[in-house]
Amino acid sequence: MIPAVTPELILYTTAIGLIAIGLAGVVLSSHLFRMVLALVIAEAGANLMLVLAGYRWDAVAPILTSRAEPAAMVDPVPQALVLTAIVIGVGIQALAVSILIRIRQRFATLDRKEAAERMDAEIAATLGAPRDISQEAPLGERPLPTLPADQINMRGDSP
Amino acid sequence: MSEIELWILLLLAVTMLSAAVMVLLVKNHIAAVAAASVVSLGLALIFALLRAPDVAMTEAAVGVGLSSLILALALRRLGLWRLDGSKTKTNLLEHHVENRDG
Repeated sequence: MIPAVTPELILYTTAIGLIAIGLAGVVLSSHLFRMVLALVIAEAGANLMLVLAGYRWDAVAPILTSRAEPAAMVDPVPQALVLTAIVIGVGIQALAVSILIRIRQRFATLDRKEAAERMDAEIAATLGAPRDISQEAPLGERPLPTLPADQINMRGDSP
Repeated sequence: MSEIELWILLLLAVTMLSAAVMVLLVKNHIAAVAAASVVSLGLALIFALLRAPDVAMTEAAVGVGLSSLILALALRRLGLWRLDGSKTKTNLLEHHVENRDG
């Protein structure tokens, strides 16, 4: 059963597709700048979804004219929300880009694993401790802490 | 919603989705920023079709203009502003290997 192509189907597919592509880019990309761009795409999909939630298919734009009896209008509340979300999104982009500039200045790389590796090394060097935790290799065996003497006695004596 | 609006919506949807895929796959960073602004431009046109003219104006001004400006200036600052036309032919695997090298 193939559903008929309606505007709702197209728009919801676009919104969900944009969110999915953006999230996949955030998770999968190894370059940090590409991650910011994927965040922008996911935000666009979320904005489209919000506007779509308040849309009526037989209504006019929510602008009051001088007529006494207004026609059926699109819900203006999600539109106001999206208006705020667009501006906040640009602020988030500016913040992310400034963090990227700091990472580039400090660690001289924008690769995700490389930057994490260098940050880990710098933390270890600052603490003066050896790095025993690796991101790739498993942790391996650790010696168990020894039990206190009274607990060992209780365990042996109990029937 | 009339027939012509349906076709415009379909065209915009295909354009936006392919531009969003291109953002993740294309190798040049300037092209990726341009594709992201194409997504924002299509979103502004869809807002205008959805009877939200104020949101469409804001998206066109802020999302397309200011956001692309911020990202392009960040590219210059990050040292990624490279116009190399020689390596336009690339595929997904090669791109990932290249990215892993940093």
